Amino acid sequence: MSDRAGIGETPLAVEHEDRPELRHHFADVEQQRNAASLGMWWFLGTEIMFFGGMFCAYLVYRRWYFPEFAASSRSLDLIVGTLNTAVLICSSLTVAMSIRAAQFGKRQLQVKLLLATIFFGLVFLGVKAYEWDNKYKEHHIPTFHFSARDLIHNKDNRKIFGLDKLQNDPAKLQEREAEIQRRSQIFFSLYFALTGMHAIHMVVGVGIFTVITWMAYKGRFTPEYHTPLEIAGLYWHFVDIVWIYLFPLLYLIDRRPPGP
Amino acid sequence: MSDHSAPSEHIVSGTLYWLVWAILIVATFLTAWIATIDLGPFNTVVALVIATGKASIVALIFMHVKYTHEKMTKPILIGALFWLMLLLILSLTDYSSRYAG
Repeated sequence: MSDRAGIGETPLAVEHEDRPELRHHFADVEQQRNAASLGMWWFLGTEIMFFGGMFCAYLVYRRWYFPEFAASSRSLDLIVGTLNTAVLICSSLTVAMSIRAAQFGKRQLQVKLLLATIFFGLVFLGVKAYEWDNKYKEHHIPTFHFSARDLIHNKDNRKIFGLDKLQNDPAKLQEREAEIQRRSQIFFSLYFALTGMHAIHMVVGVGIFTVITWMAYKGRFTPEYHTPLEIAGLYWHFVDIVWIYLFPLLYLIDRRPPGP
Repeated sequence: MSDHSAPSEHIVSGTLYWLVWAILIVATFLTAWIATIDLGPFNTVVALVIATGKASIVALIFMHVKYTHEKMTKPILIGALFWLMLLLILSLTDYSSRYAG
Protein backbone atom coordinates (compact mmCIF):
# COMPACT_ATOMS: atom_id res chain seq x y z
CA MET A 1 0.00 0.00 0.00
CA SER A 2 2.73 2.40 0.93
CA ASP A 3 4.40 1.76 -2.46
CA ARG A 4 1.32 2.86 -4.36
CA ALA A 5 1.05 6.00 -2.31
CA GLY A 6 4.71 6.67 -3.10
CA ILE A 7 4.05 6.48 -6.85
CA GLY A 8 1.09 8.80 -6.49
CA GLU A 9 3.17 11.35 -4.64
CA THR A 10 5.95 11.52 -7.23
CA PRO A 11 4.28 11.28 -10.60
CA LEU A 12 6.49 11.57 -13.70
CA ALA A 13 4.37 14.37 -15.10
CA VAL A 14 3.27 17.02 -12.69
CA GLU A 15 0.01 18.75 -13.51
CA HIS A 16 0.39 22.42 -12.73
CA GLU A 17 -2.93 22.71 -10.97
CA ASP A 18 -2.38 26.31 -9.96
CA ARG A 19 -1.73 27.27 -13.62
CA PRO A 20 -4.26 25.64 -15.94
CA GLU A 21 -2.59 27.21 -19.03
CA LEU A 22 0.75 25.46 -18.33
CA ARG A 23 0.77 21.98 -19.88
CA HIS A 24 2.29 19.20 -17.79
CA HIS A 25 5.10 18.40 -20.24
CA PHE A 26 6.65 21.86 -19.91
CA ALA A 27 8.85 22.84 -16.97
CA ASP A 28 7.69 26.44 -16.87
CA VAL A 29 5.75 29.09 -18.76
CA GLU A 30 8.79 30.42 -20.58
CA GLN A 31 9.72 26.99 -21.96
CA GLN A 32 6.15 26.49 -23.14
CA ARG A 33 6.10 29.91 -24.80
CA ASN A 34 9.45 29.34 -26.50
CA ALA A 35 8.30 25.97 -27.88
CA ALA A 36 5.11 27.51 -29.31
CA SER A 37 6.92 30.46 -30.86
CA LEU A 38 9.60 28.17 -32.30
CA GLY A 39 6.91 26.02 -33.92
CA MET A 40 5.47 29.11 -35.62
CA TRP A 41 8.94 30.17 -36.81
CA TRP A 42 9.51 26.73 -38.37
CA PHE A 43 6.18 27.08 -40.14
CA LEU A 44 7.12 30.58 -41.36
CA GLY A 45 10.39 29.07 -42.66
CA THR A 46 8.36 26.70 -44.86
CA GLU A 47 6.17 29.65 -45.89
CA ILE A 48 9.26 31.54 -47.06
CA MET A 49 10.07 28.59 -49.33
CA PHE A 50 6.44 28.35 -50.48
CA PHE A 51 6.26 32.00 -51.58
CA GLY A 52 9.93 31.80 -52.68
CA GLY A 53 9.03 29.42 -55.51
CA MET A 54 6.48 31.86 -56.91
CA PHE A 55 8.79 34.85 -56.45
CA CYS A 56 11.48 32.91 -58.33
CA ALA A 57 9.13 32.18 -61.27
CA TYR A 58 8.18 35.86 -61.28
CA LEU A 59 11.82 37.06 -61.31
CA VAL A 60 12.83 34.72 -64.16
CA TYR A 61 9.93 35.82 -66.39
CA ARG A 62 10.44 39.46 -65.46
CA ARG A 63 14.02 39.26 -66.73
CA TRP A 64 12.99 37.54 -69.93
CA TYR A 65 9.86 39.60 -70.79
CA PHE A 66 10.76 42.96 -69.26
CA PRO A 67 8.88 45.27 -71.72
CA GLU A 68 5.65 43.26 -71.39
CA PHE A 69 6.00 43.04 -67.59
CA ALA A 70 6.69 46.79 -67.32
CA ALA A 71 3.66 47.68 -69.45
CA SER A 72 1.38 45.26 -67.56
CA SER A 73 2.66 46.60 -64.21
CA ARG A 74 1.79 50.16 -65.29
CA SER A 75 -1.81 49.07 -65.89
CA LEU A 76 -2.17 48.38 -62.14
CA ASP A 77 -3.54 51.24 -60.01
CA LEU A 78 -0.52 52.75 -58.20
CA ILE A 79 -2.50 54.95 -55.76
CA VAL A 80 -4.85 52.14 -54.71
CA GLY A 81 -1.87 49.76 -54.30
CA THR A 82 0.07 52.26 -52.17
CA LEU A 83 -2.91 53.00 -49.90
CA ASN A 84 -3.63 49.29 -49.49
CA THR A 85 0.00 48.73 -48.42
CA ALA A 86 -0.49 51.45 -45.80
CA VAL A 87 -3.70 49.73 -44.58
CA LEU A 88 -1.78 46.48 -44.06
CA ILE A 89 0.99 48.30 -42.15
CA CYS A 90 -1.66 49.81 -39.85
CA SER A 91 -2.97 46.29 -39.17
CA SER A 92 0.54 45.18 -38.18
CA LEU A 93 0.76 48.08 -35.72
CA THR A 94 -2.57 47.17 -34.11
CA VAL A 95 -1.42 43.53 -33.73
CA ALA A 96 1.83 44.61 -32.05
CA MET A 97 -0.06 47.04 -29.79
CA SER A 98 -2.62 44.36 -28.82
CA ILE A 99 0.20 42.07 -27.64
CA ARG A 100 1.53 45.00 -25.62
CA ALA A 101 -1.95 45.54 -24.15
CA ALA A 102 -2.00 41.85 -23.15
CA GLN A 103 1.41 42.23 -21.49
CA PHE A 104 -0.13 44.97 -19.33
CA GLY A 105 -3.36 43.02 -18.77
CA LYS A 106 -5.54 45.66 -20.47
CA ARG A 107 -8.33 43.46 -21.77
CA GLN A 108 -10.62 46.11 -23.30
CA LEU A 109 -7.79 47.83 -25.17
CA GLN A 110 -6.65 44.42 -26.40
CA VAL A 111 -10.07 43.57 -27.82
CA LYS A 112 -10.39 47.00 -29.49
CA LEU A 113 -6.97 46.68 -31.14
CA LEU A 114 -7.75 43.14 -32.34
CA LEU A 115 -11.06 44.32 -33.82
CA ALA A 116 -9.12 47.11 -35.57
CA THR A 117 -6.75 44.47 -36.98
CA ILE A 118 -9.65 42.45 -38.39
CA PHE A 119 -11.15 45.68 -39.79
CA PHE A 120 -7.90 46.64 -41.57
CA GLY A 121 -7.57 43.06 -42.87
CA LEU A 122 -11.07 43.17 -44.33
CA VAL A 123 -10.47 46.62 -45.86
CA PHE A 124 -7.34 45.23 -47.55
CA LEU A 125 -9.31 42.27 -48.95
CA GLY A 126 -12.12 44.57 -50.10
CA VAL A 127 -9.69 46.81 -51.98
CA LYS A 128 -8.10 43.69 -53.49
CA ALA A 129 -11.53 42.54 -54.70
CA TYR A 130 -12.06 45.99 -56.26
CA GLU A 131 -8.71 45.73 -58.07
CA TRP A 132 -9.45 42.21 -59.33
CA ASP A 133 -12.84 43.43 -60.58
CA ASN A 134 -11.02 46.13 -62.56
CA LYS A 135 -8.77 43.44 -64.07
CA TYR A 136 -11.93 41.59 -65.12
CA LYS A 137 -13.31 44.71 -66.79
CA GLU A 138 -9.98 45.33 -68.56
CA HIS A 139 -9.93 41.74 -69.88
CA HIS A 140 -6.73 41.12 -67.93
CA ILE A 141 -7.71 37.81 -66.34
CA PRO A 142 -5.53 35.10 -67.95
CA THR A 143 -7.31 32.73 -70.40
CA PHE A 144 -10.65 34.33 -69.53
CA HIS A 145 -11.27 36.59 -72.56
CA PHE A 146 -7.73 37.85 -71.99
CA SER A 147 -6.72 40.72 -74.21
CA ALA A 148 -3.55 42.80 -74.31
CA ARG A 149 -5.09 45.14 -76.89
CA ASP A 150 -5.10 48.11 -74.50
CA LEU A 151 -1.38 47.57 -73.76
CA ILE A 152 -0.51 47.25 -77.48
CA HIS A 153 -2.43 50.37 -78.48
CA ASN A 154 -1.14 52.49 -75.61
CA LYS A 155 1.13 55.13 -77.22
CA ASP A 156 3.67 54.99 -74.37
CA ASN A 157 4.16 51.26 -74.85
CA ARG A 158 4.65 51.17 -78.62
CA LYS A 159 8.30 52.16 -78.41
CA ILE A 160 9.36 49.70 -75.69
CA PHE A 161 7.41 46.95 -77.47
CA GLY A 162 9.34 47.79 -80.67
CA LEU A 163 6.08 48.08 -82.63
CA ASP A 164 6.96 51.33 -84.43
CA LYS A 165 9.86 49.66 -86.24
CA LEU A 166 7.54 46.96 -87.57
CA GLN A 167 4.97 49.40 -89.02
CA ASN A 168 5.87 48.50 -92.64
CA ASP A 169 5.92 44.74 -92.09
CA PRO A 170 2.34 43.57 -91.31
CA ALA A 171 3.32 39.88 -90.90
CA LYS A 172 6.00 40.60 -88.32
CA LEU A 173 3.80 43.19 -86.61
CA GLN A 174 1.06 40.61 -86.16
CA GLU A 175 3.57 38.06 -84.85
CA ARG A 176 4.93 40.55 -82.31
CA GLU A 177 1.43 41.48 -81.15
CA ALA A 178 0.62 37.80 -80.55
CA GLU A 179 3.85 37.52 -78.56
CA ILE A 180 2.91 40.55 -76.40
CA GLN A 181 -0.49 38.95 -75.82
CA ARG A 182 1.18 35.71 -74.61
CA ARG A 183 3.85 37.36 -72.49
CA SER A 184 1.62 39.90 -70.74
CA GLN A 185 -0.71 37.00 -69.94
CA ILE A 186 2.18 35.41 -68.02
CA PHE A 187 2.52 38.61 -65.97
CA PHE A 188 -1.15 38.52 -65.04
CA SER A 189 -1.00 34.77 -64.29
CA LEU A 190 1.77 35.50 -61.78
CA TYR A 191 -0.08 38.59 -60.54
CA PHE A 192 -3.17 36.52 -59.72
CA ALA A 193 -1.17 33.59 -58.31
CA LEU A 194 0.85 35.86 -55.98
CA THR A 195 -1.89 38.28 -54.89
CA GLY A 196 -4.40 35.41 -54.74
CA MET A 197 -2.18 33.25 -52.53
CA HIS A 198 -1.47 36.31 -50.37
CA ALA A 199 -5.20 37.02 -50.11
CA ILE A 200 -5.88 33.40 -49.03
CA HIS A 201 -3.32 33.94 -46.26
CA MET A 202 -5.15 37.13 -45.30
CA VAL A 203 -8.51 35.29 -45.15
CA VAL A 204 -6.93 32.62 -42.93
CA GLY A 205 -5.40 35.41 -40.80
CA VAL A 206 -8.77 37.13 -40.35
CA GLY A 207 -10.23 33.76 -39.31
CA ILE A 208 -7.44 33.16 -36.78
CA PHE A 209 -7.84 36.67 -35.37
CA THR A 210 -11.59 36.24 -35.02
CA VAL A 211 -10.91 33.32 -32.66
CA ILE A 212 -8.11 35.24 -30.91
CA THR A 213 -10.40 38.26 -30.41
CA TRP A 214 -13.04 35.98 -28.89
CA MET A 215 -10.42 34.50 -26.53
CA ALA A 216 -9.25 38.00 -25.58
CA TYR A 217 -12.86 39.07 -24.97
CA LYS A 218 -13.31 36.05 -22.67
CA GLY A 219 -10.26 37.22 -20.70
CA ARG A 220 -8.13 34.21 -21.62
CA PHE A 221 -4.95 36.25 -21.98
CA THR A 222 -3.00 37.54 -19.01
CA PRO A 223 0.36 39.31 -18.69
CA GLU A 224 1.85 35.84 -17.92
CA TYR A 225 0.07 33.89 -20.67
CA HIS A 226 -0.88 35.21 -24.12
CA THR A 227 1.02 32.79 -26.37
CA PRO A 228 -1.84 32.20 -28.89
CA LEU A 229 -2.06 35.95 -29.49
CA GLU A 230 1.71 36.20 -29.84
CA ILE A 231 2.14 33.42 -32.43
CA ALA A 232 -0.96 34.53 -34.36
CA GLY A 233 0.78 37.93 -34.46
CA LEU A 234 3.92 36.35 -35.93
CA TYR A 235 1.79 34.88 -38.76
CA TRP A 236 0.08 38.22 -39.42
CA HIS A 237 3.38 40.14 -39.59
CA PHE A 238 4.79 37.52 -41.96
CA VAL A 239 1.84 37.98 -44.34
CA ASP A 240 2.50 41.73 -44.10
CA ILE A 241 6.17 41.19 -45.07
CA VAL A 242 5.11 39.15 -48.13
CA TRP A 243 3.02 42.11 -49.28
CA ILE A 244 5.91 44.53 -48.56
CA TYR A 245 7.79 42.67 -51.33
CA LEU A 246 4.79 42.07 -53.61
CA PHE A 247 3.93 45.77 -53.77
CA PRO A 248 7.19 47.03 -55.39
CA LEU A 249 7.61 43.85 -57.48
CA LEU A 250 4.13 43.97 -59.03
CA TYR A 251 3.18 47.66 -59.02
CA LEU A 252 6.53 49.44 -59.43
CA ILE A 253 8.33 47.51 -62.20
CA ASP A 254 8.68 50.59 -64.37
CA ARG A 255 6.79 53.75 -63.42
CA ARG A 256 9.27 56.17 -65.00
CA PRO A 257 7.83 58.79 -67.34
CA PRO A 258 8.02 57.59 -70.96
CA GLY A 259 11.04 58.92 -72.84
CA PRO A 260 10.75 61.19 -75.87
CA MET B 1 15.25 29.02 -18.55
CA SER B 2 15.61 28.43 -14.82
CA ASP B 3 12.62 26.83 -13.10
CA HIS B 4 12.15 29.52 -10.54
CA SER B 5 12.80 32.74 -12.42
CA ALA B 6 9.76 34.69 -13.49
CA PRO B 7 9.19 34.58 -17.26
CA SER B 8 11.19 37.47 -18.63
CA GLU B 9 9.39 38.71 -21.70
CA HIS B 10 10.59 41.89 -23.28
CA ILE B 11 7.99 44.65 -23.42
CA VAL B 12 8.57 46.99 -26.34
CA SER B 13 7.70 50.62 -25.68
CA GLY B 14 4.59 51.96 -27.38
CA THR B 15 6.59 54.91 -28.71
CA LEU B 16 8.91 52.56 -30.60
CA TYR B 17 5.93 50.74 -32.17
CA TRP B 18 4.49 54.06 -33.37
CA LEU B 19 7.91 55.11 -34.67
CA VAL B 20 8.24 51.84 -36.65
CA TRP B 21 4.72 52.38 -38.02
CA ALA B 22 5.61 55.95 -39.10
CA ILE B 23 8.82 54.76 -40.80
CA LEU B 24 6.91 52.01 -42.64
CA ILE B 25 4.23 54.41 -43.86
CA VAL B 26 6.77 57.04 -44.99
CA ALA B 27 8.86 54.34 -46.73
CA THR B 28 5.75 53.06 -48.56
CA PHE B 29 4.94 56.47 -50.04
CA LEU B 30 8.64 57.14 -50.64
CA THR B 31 9.10 53.96 -52.67
CA ALA B 32 5.97 54.71 -54.75
CA TRP B 33 7.27 58.24 -55.43
CA ILE B 34 10.86 57.22 -56.24
CA ALA B 35 9.55 54.71 -58.78
CA THR B 36 8.26 57.65 -60.88
CA ILE B 37 11.76 59.18 -61.10
CA ASP B 38 14.15 57.86 -63.74
CA LEU B 39 17.17 56.35 -61.98
CA GLY B 40 18.06 54.04 -64.86
CA PRO B 41 18.82 50.52 -63.64
CA PHE B 42 18.76 51.69 -60.01
CA ASN B 43 14.96 51.97 -59.79
CA THR B 44 14.66 48.24 -59.06
CA VAL B 45 17.62 48.31 -56.66
CA VAL B 46 16.16 51.20 -54.64
CA ALA B 47 12.70 49.55 -54.55
CA LEU B 48 14.18 46.27 -53.23
CA VAL B 49 16.45 48.01 -50.69
CA ILE B 50 13.45 49.93 -49.28
CA ALA B 51 11.35 46.72 -49.19
CA THR B 52 14.14 44.84 -47.39
CA GLY B 53 14.54 47.68 -44.89
CA LYS B 54 10.79 47.63 -44.20
CA ALA B 55 10.70 43.84 -43.87
CA SER B 56 13.71 43.93 -41.51
CA ILE B 57 12.15 46.36 -39.04
CA VAL B 58 8.86 44.42 -39.09
CA ALA B 59 10.78 41.23 -38.23
CA LEU B 60 13.11 42.81 -35.67
CA ILE B 61 10.65 45.01 -33.77
CA PHE B 62 7.08 43.83 -34.50
CA MET B 63 8.05 40.12 -34.54
CA HIS B 64 10.43 40.59 -31.59
CA VAL B 65 13.38 38.88 -33.33
CA LYS B 66 15.62 41.54 -31.78
CA TYR B 67 14.43 40.76 -28.23
CA THR B 68 13.85 37.00 -28.24
CA HIS B 69 15.63 34.81 -25.67
CA GLU B 70 14.80 31.73 -27.70
CA LYS B 71 18.15 30.63 -29.13
CA MET B 72 16.85 28.88 -32.26
CA THR B 73 14.64 31.66 -33.68
CA LYS B 74 17.46 33.53 -35.41
CA PRO B 75 19.14 30.39 -36.86
CA ILE B 76 15.76 29.27 -38.30
CA LEU B 77 15.17 32.66 -39.87
CA ILE B 78 18.71 32.95 -41.26
CA GLY B 79 18.54 29.34 -42.49
CA ALA B 80 15.24 29.95 -44.31
CA LEU B 81 16.62 33.12 -45.93
CA PHE B 82 19.79 31.26 -46.93
CA TRP B 83 17.77 28.58 -48.76
CA LEU B 84 15.65 31.28 -50.37
CA MET B 85 18.78 33.07 -51.65
CA LEU B 86 20.13 29.76 -52.93
CA LEU B 87 16.92 29.27 -54.91
CA LEU B 88 16.73 32.83 -56.26
CA ILE B 89 20.41 33.54 -56.99
CA LEU B 90 21.25 30.19 -58.61
CA SER B 91 18.03 30.16 -60.66
CA LEU B 92 18.54 33.73 -61.85
CA THR B 93 22.20 33.28 -62.82
CA ASP B 94 21.14 30.21 -64.81
CA TYR B 95 18.07 31.63 -66.57
CA SER B 96 19.46 35.09 -67.26
CA SER B 97 22.48 33.61 -69.06
CA ARG B 98 20.22 31.73 -71.50
CA TYR B 99 18.03 32.60 -74.44
CA ALA B 100 14.60 33.79 -73.35
CA GLY B 101 12.27 30.87 -74.02
